[in-house]
Amino acid sequence: MGEKKTLTFAIMDPPFESARATTALRLMHVAASRGYDINVFAYEGAVGLPFTKQSGHANAVHGHDADEEDHPLPHKWVAALMEEARKNGGKIDWVNCGLCVDERGVAEAVEGVRRGTPGDLWKMASASDNTLVIPTK
Amino acid sequence: MKAINIIETAYRATVEEQDDTIVWLTHAMIGAGAELDVLLRGNAVNYGVKGQDASGLRFGAVSQTQPPKLAEDVAKLIGKGVDVYIIEEDVAERGIEASSLIDGLKTVSRSGVAELISGYDHAWHW
Repeated sequence: MGEKKTLTFAIMDPPFESARATTALRLMHVAASRGYDINVFAYEGAVGLPFTKQSGHANAVHGHDADEEDHPLPHKWVAALMEEARKNGGKIDWVNCGLCVDERGVAEAVEGVRRGTPGDLWKMASASDNTLVIPTK
Repeated sequence: MKAINIIETAYRATVEEQDDTIVWLTHAMIGAGAELDVLLRGNAVNYGVKGQDASGLRFGAVSQTQPPKLAEDVAKLIGKGVDVYIIEEDVAERGIEASSLIDGLKTVSRSGVAELISGYDHAWHW
């Protein structure tokens, strides 16, 4: 493994709306698998990604019961990413914009997600090798 | 009443939803008795391409077991008697060969869209 990097991601898209959130998580997965330290500043709708009250459901159109449908839940993806980072010697510091959380009523988040402010993005970016912004469109 | 769903916003949340939301909506509404047809335009014409494979998504120990099967979902609409139109210029611009499309799609030219829509009580553009 090469030199350990610290990367910051600023993301905006909510779950179940576009492919950008999934793409952001896939990029984080690559970094996590390499043992990098990852900072995430989740802004606006992205604060819903680690929301633990997301739940799966049956899908009559697919002809699946809830177990068969095995609906993807981004909060489980976030938790899996955190575990992947830990397993490879890195970590994910995930900051949810607190005001954005309040607006949406999504305070229940997976373990390891903390509440923060835009100042955290500045601090994280200042301490990182690079920062990637994935804005909403 | 008869309506046509015009799908233009393509691959929006298809991974997380495991389908296209408007194709799904069309299936569900037909199941509830709606009379609906579909027009695929813009990037959504790619929904008609056979052999798409969205499998393999994994985050750590969590893998997706039911990836979207968009062409199959469109084919199932056709199987239910839904007319699914596809704009031929949008197909050609993207280099999609006719042989790579699922069976049963009906082509329409851009200049023919207005006439097509005139045959419906409602046209819903997604």
